[in-house]
Amino acid sequence: MRRLMMRMASGKGEGYIAQGLAIADFLSAMYFHELRYDPADPHWPGRDRFVLSTGHYSIAFYACLAEAGMLQVEELPTYGLNGSRLPMSTFENVPGIEVCGGSLGQGLGQSVGMALAARLDRNGARVFSELSDGELQEGSTWEAAMSATTFKLDNLVALIDCNGIQADGAVHVAIEPVAEKWRSFGWDTREVDGNDLAALTEALAASREPDGAPKAIVMRTVPGKGIPTLEKRERAHFVRVGNDEWDDLTAEMEAHYHG
Amino acid sequence: MAEQVSGRTLGMGEIVDTGAKPFELAPFGTELAQLGKERTEIVGLTADMGRYSDILPFRDAHPERFFNVGVAEQSLIMTAAGLAKAGKISYCTSYSAFITRRAYDFVAIACAHALAEVKIFAGMPGFMNGYGATHQATEDISMMRGIADLTVIDPCDATELKQVVRAVADIPGTVYVRNLRGKVPVELGADYRFIPGKAQVIHEGQSVGVIGTGFMSARARDAAKVAAEHGVSAAVLHVSTLKPFDKDGVIAFAKRFDRLVVTENHKISGGLCTLVVEALYEAGLMKPMVKVALADSFFECGAQAWLEHKYGIDLPRLVQAIVEGR
Repeated sequence: MRRLMMRMASGKGEGYIAQGLAIADFLSAMYFHELRYDPADPHWPGRDRFVLSTGHYSIAFYACLAEAGMLQVEELPTYGLNGSRLPMSTFENVPGIEVCGGSLGQGLGQSVGMALAARLDRNGARVFSELSDGELQEGSTWEAAMSATTFKLDNLVALIDCNGIQADGAVHVAIEPVAEKWRSFGWDTREVDGNDLAALTEALAASREPDGAPKAIVMRTVPGKGIPTLEKRERAHFVRVGNDEWDDLTAEMEAHYHG
Repeated sequence: MAEQVSGRTLGMGEIVDTGAKPFELAPFGTELAQLGKERTEIVGLTADMGRYSDILPFRDAHPERFFNVGVAEQSLIMTAAGLAKAGKISYCTSYSAFITRRAYDFVAIACAHALAEVKIFAGMPGFMNGYGATHQATEDISMMRGIADLTVIDPCDATELKQVVRAVADIPGTVYVRNLRGKVPVELGADYRFIPGKAQVIHEGQSVGVIGTGFMSARARDAAKVAAEHGVSAAVLHVSTLKPFDKDGVIAFAKRFDRLVVTENHKISGGLCTLVVEALYEAGLMKPMVKVALADSFFECGAQAWLEHKYGIDLPRLVQAIVEGR
């Protein structure tokens, strides 16, 4: 997934590569361990829903959907190009993408609606709703958080990516302690290393508990994960990558995982 | 809040000129409760405005399909969109002012952009609430028609509202309806049929053409009857669907008259008046026109009848516009 992302981003200056690399482990845990879906029938009504609220994580999401068999790998290089089906922020035009994610604070509330529908339909579907630490600053997030508890949606899992960055730099609004906030809103909450695949799959497995409470998994992730040079670079929404750096950084990543 | 009008108590958000006219009680919720029996994919939502939006008959008939998200309009629209994206048809209710101003981005992106089956019944639009600027959505048509792929409807009376409740289930995508609550007058005949996107003549006349929307169309018809006593014959075209706007219907109607009156329970700018002017100008059709609508202002608190008189959308004002052309 990370290799696909590097190919998509190179030559374009950036493309939210730091966020994409940070969330790759989580998407892997989601799509290849927990989520119930059918690549041949992406609109299957009984599918689990994965709602990516942070639309700008699209670079990772497209790479993931390609690995999951819902997008052709050949289409990935069109990422961010004029007229592409794969813009830098997600739209509902691609199979597997449940909501348009660009306007932050809209994902969790829609997930509440989907979880209510799954309960009405008694189809056993669960809803996994990704959001970010920056997005916790949107008030609508907390409206939805209260709503999920009110409706006792134990088929809903909020996945909070805490990567410590937002558009203007480091997260500067006082959002900590994140996990305690979710607990106080009535969510069954776990906190994990969001780049530890084993910890993620374990937390996701624990989220299956039908105990009447919505579940929250607070994931601590590292922007640029997997490429030590990028992990150390300035914490920024758009990490700076020179045009001449992509090959070296990709080599560094290959060495990190396969060296 | 209750007001004394024509010797009877007027509930908040009811149409002032119900008077001695026949009315139906809570036509929106009553019809939705019935439709919910026929179509099990329908769900109902409110943001703590169940009582004041008339959706309670649906709640009572289908409690498992009714959701109150609390005082949270953004949550209302998001939840409605999520239900719709999982196969439901979401009828949701709150006050017009709160849905339009507070949840605008959510209506645009979570609903309209996704062609989500969300049917918004917005309570007390325009001058149907005496609570002042916070509760008076006097620019809601202007706001909502600015969103692409969204249908905007302003029904005239109980007869049309009930038909709209059914029709919107089959209008693809997101629909914004100006809801009428409480004792809603029956103005249109039993043979009236709401046709999405089509303006319809509800009163015939010769010299003055009145173009209206919402309950102002019925008031215009009342005004036309008074005007006839003064020797002025006026016809009334009711434009219930504001988006998509029936340009051809409006132009064909306007061509027949020496002068025009356009009226709406909304600001003079951005709603029906603007739509009519745009359509006529593009068609090269210049006619003397009087607009009976609200100024670009915030308004005071007060009884509805008093407000309507002070700000010039009541029956005498319409009669003056039709008879005197000013």
